[in-house]
Order: sequence, then structure tokens, then C-alpha cells
Amino acid sequence: MLARQSPCAIRYQRVHFCLLHSDFFLPFLMPATVKVLERRPLSFLQRTYLPGVLAGMRTTLRHMVAPKITMEYPEQRPPIPAGYRGVPTLVKDPHGREKCVSCQLCEFVCPPKAIRIAPGAVDASGPNAHVEKAPKEFEIDMLRCIYCGLCQEVCPEEAIWLQNLYSLSGRTRSDFVHNKAKLYELGGTLPDTHFKWDKKKAAEEAGNAH
Amino acid sequence: MSQTPPKPDLVTVNIDGRDIAVPKGTNMIEAAALLGIDVPHFCYHPKLTVSGNCRMCLVEMGLPAVDPATKQPVMDPATGKQRVNWMPKPQIACFTNATPGLHIRTTTPQIKECREGVMEFLLVNHPLDCPICDQAGECKLQEQAADYGRGASRFIEPKNVKPKRTELGPRVTLDDERCILCSRCIRFTKEIAKEDVLGFVDRGSYSTLTCYPGRELNHNYSLNTVDICPVGALTSTDFRFKMRVWFLKTTPSIDTESSVGANTELWAREGVIYRITPRRNDEVNDTWMADSGRLLYKKVAADNRLKQPLVDGQPVTGEQALAAAVELLQSQRSYAAIVGSGRQSVEEQFLTHQLALALGSVPADIVGRVGQGDGLLVSADRNPNVRGALVTGLIKAYPPTELTELAAAIDDGAVKMVITFGEDLLKAGLTTEQLAKLSLIEVGTHPLSTTAAAKVVLPALTVFEKNGSFINQQFRLQKFHAAVPGPAQARDDLAILTALLTGFTGTAQPAATVEAVWAELAKQVPVLAGVTWASIPATGRLIDGAAWASQPFVEGETLHYKPVPAPARAKAEPTSDKGQGPSDK
Repeated sequence: MLARQSPCAIRYQRVHFCLLHSDFFLPFLMPATVKVLERRPLSFLQRTYLPGVLAGMRTTLRHMVAPKITMEYPEQRPPIPAGYRGVPTLVKDPHGREKCVSCQLCEFVCPPKAIRIAPGAVDASGPNAHVEKAPKEFEIDMLRCIYCGLCQEVCPEEAIWLQNLYSLSGRTRSDFVHNKAKLYELGGTLPDTHFKWDKKKAAEEAGNAH
Repeated sequence: MSQTPPKPDLVTVNIDGRDIAVPKGTNMIEAAALLGIDVPHFCYHPKLTVSGNCRMCLVEMGLPAVDPATKQPVMDPATGKQRVNWMPKPQIACFTNATPGLHIRTTTPQIKECREGVMEFLLVNHPLDCPICDQAGECKLQEQAADYGRGASRFIEPKNVKPKRTELGPRVTLDDERCILCSRCIRFTKEIAKEDVLGFVDRGSYSTLTCYPGRELNHNYSLNTVDICPVGALTSTDFRFKMRVWFLKTTPSIDTESSVGANTELWAREGVIYRITPRRNDEVNDTWMADSGRLLYKKVAADNRLKQPLVDGQPVTGEQALAAAVELLQSQRSYAAIVGSGRQSVEEQFLTHQLALALGSVPADIVGRVGQGDGLLVSADRNPNVRGALVTGLIKAYPPTELTELAAAIDDGAVKMVITFGEDLLKAGLTTEQLAKLSLIEVGTHPLSTTAAAKVVLPALTVFEKNGSFINQQFRLQKFHAAVPGPAQARDDLAILTALLTGFTGTAQPAATVEAVWAELAKQVPVLAGVTWASIPATGRLIDGAAWASQPFVEGETLHYKPVPAPARAKAEPTSDKGQGPSDK
């Protein structure tokens, strides 16, 4: 730390601590290159203040005619760039199946530990029985979430997405703990290219003749 | 059990260029492990016979060259050592036992290719279930695919379809698609559980694990098949979809259902226990445990758990309840009796004995529990720690299942106050009339039939919430540790006992920690001299039980235990209906 300071600064520190705030030695310790300047008197024009006033008015007038760049938020909203990391949500596939299988990898990877999942089994008589596993409850504490997107990156089912929503409001802390219903409400449906589980079900129904 | 084995015949083998001396006949997977060399394997299990069907443990193997004509060693002039004849094809390490001069290589390009090939074949029909598979995180296939696999699949054909949710038995669910046909579960049921119910049907890729017709996997050791399944094919129905294993922290513990003292591991997350699995101890339970011991964790969060200290049925603070108990002890000291328990830890039994001495050598009993031994890991004595009570001096002789002496003393009016540690007096042979004559202090975790009548109720901790030790049937002192915190108002049994002792005697007692109690134990109990809490190894410490050899212990033969023949044994009481089956908890 000390090595980075100039010798002069070190010397001042020593003076400060050793000589008990005495100003007596200061002129002797100051560097020899200090140049004392005298204040020049103002000219007549400067004393009228007019050049300063006019220069200010020029800036004001320029902004009066310039196009507006502020936005009437919240009536107007800015365009969201692709890849934006908004509020994490859970999504369903186009067939209405909840994609999350509660593997809890997002819970594991979440740096601020905002995610809490209670895993559960899928109703064995329902149409999605072949998926076997789905979250019983899924909570994301948005007061903890840091919008890092690791949950989306780690998800093997592409079930959790940080979408465009960026502003949350609530009256209590619990308003910011999004439960499963809220997460699906925010997430909606996203297109799917794999339909992994539908293929699995088709294979199961076809059986394997041998 | 306690004799040291004869010195083994050592032979030198060479693994990846490093020599190691191992007992002759050592399995080469184990020999490599001694050098820290991982030979990947699925079907090999140290406690089962070798079947050699997964082919994952292929290694290059060579034997020292011998001239066939002269039988003389062939020396290599370049190295000056005996030449090694390497076999042209790889061999499986699991079916190879150490012989003098055996050489194996595990890191050559050929072996790398072998492993990649085996992994590729195993993964051909393996479903992409990892996100929903309970084995994920402790799956050998997952681990070895990452360590030794190719990394990418070339398989584009449709995968096989097999039954996904077969209930093999009441506690085991089978996902046949995930099965890699290692046959560990089949060998376990045949060789260890001695109940042959599992087998493969169909051929090739269609091979399927199934129960024999009309049978199911319902014996009391069925969940061991789940433990040894290297993949997620066999899953525990109880643990299914409950929690991912990577969140769970393990704590070493002891199975409390009988005097075998099987070593266990508690898997907990944030104060909740999710499962119990066996912990390997080659002197006690190998790698197995009974199914009945695995569900004991459920009593921790049971609805009827005692959580509130009570005096005359009214909720009070812990201090008030302890003060009331001390007052009762002082007022009734000449009429007091203690009912300890074979489920208390050694430390608690010691302090209970101290309390009995402080009260003036009042009678102290424990309640015997006798059931049917299964010859494997559940013994006839269903108390985990009867020997602890003998060693600490709490009781002098093997406990009867009924408290007849106490009952007689109550009838005589010699006993008017009983402090009981989790034992149900009505179930231990007392009548309601006898109970009505008593002032009862109850220290326990769950309500008993006497709880409503108890004067003072002090909620305590279960074995999963405290530290302590048990002495099993081999006189092996084994530690258990706290995995989860107890209810807010419940206190550690040691703390309760220490508080009672302090309140009653008016003198300061050693701290209510196992370390402090052990310092006293080592001083006062001759066979435990020199033992400290920290010095008890994880696999237990045998103590000298010769002084109690004549006691009529009820245990029959179990795994790693043969009862010592004693003349007194012939007179052992016939089994009563007390404690039938481990479900009597």
C-alpha cells in the first residue's frame, strides 16, 4: 500500500501523525515546485454576466426544438432485445403439458438459492403418466433472484425461461415469492421443437414386438 | 469375531507399472483400489460372488514368462527382470485373483477403447431419464459414462421399450429400461437374503428383470437391491421422487431395531431426513441392512411427537418441568424407582445409573424386548443397547421383558414414584391400578399409554437428533451422530439427566456433552478405561464382554455373530410376545 504512494505523500503522512498537526513545518516540507498564482480581474463584458447567460440560453433553446427521447413509462415500454434476461418463468409445451419434471438442477445451480422445489409424482392415470415426475410446488423468491439465467441454462427440459418481464411490484415480501401457479401464469406456452416426451409415449404405446 | 485373522499369504502384483503386495487371491479390482487406481465396474460387488457380465473392468493382463521346457523363468536382458507375457486380448479384472507376478495395465489405448465400447453398448438402450431418475447423482452409469465413455451417441435407431413402473414388491419399484443386466440384485437375493425371487427372462436386448411367477420381492432385505443397483432400475418406493441425492448430507448412525447394531447412514437436508442406507462395516453388517430399519426416520417428524414439556398435563416451560421433576425426586426419594431403557445410549444409561446412585441406590430396571431373530441382521434382542446397560452398571443381570419386581414393589408401597425413559410401563407388565399409585416422570420422544397419567413429561430427542453410542451384541461400541435438530422444546436426554442430577444433588455435574460424559465413563467403568468419545472409530470398538459371558443373552446366530455357548443359555426364557417384529417402535 505504502509503496504505491509518492514519497511526498508518505512524508505528509508522517508529518500528520508525528508533528501533531503543526502547520509550522509545512512550508519546509512542501515540494519546491509549487507555483502560487494570482487571480486576474474580470473584464467589463464578464462583469455584465451576459456571455454566460446567452451560452446557457443556447443550450436551453437547442433542447426545446430537439426530438424528445424520454418515454412515457409505464404507458410506453421500451423494446426488449433478444436474449434479455427478465423474470424467470415456467412454461408449458404447445400441447399444454407442463415441461418441468422437477429434476431440481435449477435449485442446485441457483447462486442465491432463490429456487425451492418440492418434487412429486405425476398422476398415474392422467395423459402424462409416462413423464412420471412433476413439481408438486415450485417457488422462486424474486427478492433473492439475481436474474443470472443459470436456471434456464441448466434446465434439461427447457422448462424455465427468463422472459421479457422486468418489473415486479408487490405489497409484501410474500408477494415476491412466485409459486408454481404464478410461474406458469407468467410463463405461458413456448414453441417446442423436440416433443421428447410425446415421442417417448408413442414408443411406449407402439411397444417393441419381438 | 474378535480373534485376529492369521497373517495372510502376500503376493506381489504389478498394476500400471507399480508393484503392490496383497494377500494371495485378492480380487484385482480391490488390489487396484489399494493403489488408488479406479477399475470401472458395474456387476462386481465386494460382498457378492463374481459374475463378470458387464465387461466394464477389462484390463490388459500378463504373467511372468516361464520356459515351457525347463520351467525356468525367462529373463529379459534389457531390464534384468523376468519377462512378462502379455495376453493378446483384454481380461476382466473382477474375475482375476492376485497370483505371484501378475501384471495388469489399465490405461493403455486398447483398454480406453474397450471401455468406450462397453459404455456405448450399455447406453444403446438406456433411456434419457436422468432428469426424472432418482439415481442421478449417485449413478455409476452416469459417472462412468462421463469418465470412460465416448461422450456422444452414434445410435440413431429407436431405443427398446420396456416396463417402466413395475412394483417388484411392497418397497421396490423397477424401471426395466434403465436396467443394465448386471445381476447384482439377483445374486443378492440368492446369496445374502437366501430368498431366490429375481431372475432375467427373454434374450439379448429384450432381457428383462422380473420376479419368479407368483412371487414378489417382499423379504425384509429387499431394499438392499436398491442400494446395490448401479443404475436407477431398482428404486425405493419410499424415497422415489422425494429429493435429489446431491442435496442430502450424510451422517453416520446405528440401526436401533435390534442388538445387531447395523451401521447406517442418514441422508438429510435442512433438518429433514429423507432416507437411511447401510454403511459398510465388514465386522457387523457388511454393506447391508434390514428394510425395517430404514423407515425408522419417520418417527422424527411423526404427528404425535412429544414437543411440549408438561406438568400434570399442563404445558409449562422446560425449566418449570425440570424443577417439578427435581421437586418430585426430592420429596419421594425413598420411594423412587428408575425404569431405564435398552434404547438409551451408553452415555444416557451411565447418567441414569448416576441418578439411581444419587437417589440412594434405588432399583433401576430396563425392559427386555425379545422377538424372532432372522439370522442375518435382525437379532432376537430388539433392544439396541442392553449390553450398554450391563457395562455401565445400570442393571446387574439380563433384563426380563416384564417389570415384575417393580410391580411387586409398587404393591408393597415401597415404590411410589417412577422415572421412566421412554418405556411404557403398562406394556411392561404393570397394571392400571399399579400405575394409579405412582407419580410418574416420563422422559421420551413419543406418547406412551402412560403419558396422560404422567406427573411430569420431559420431551427428549430421538436417536437421529443426538450423539451417543450403543454396545451391540458383539460388545462392539458404536457411535451415532445427530443428523437433524430436534423440536424446539425438546431437550437432549443428556441435558435432562444432567439437569436432574444437578437439581437433585445440588452439585455441579460435568457438561451434558458426550465428550464430558465419556471422561467420567472412562474413569468409572473399568472395561471402558482409556476410551474417549473421539477415539471410538467409525466402525466401532470392541470392548471386553467376558464379565457378562454368563448372562442369558437371547441372540441367535446372525451375520458376523455366533452366540457364545453358555450353560445359562439353555434356561433362557421362552420368547414372549413383547416387541414382535421391528414395527413395534
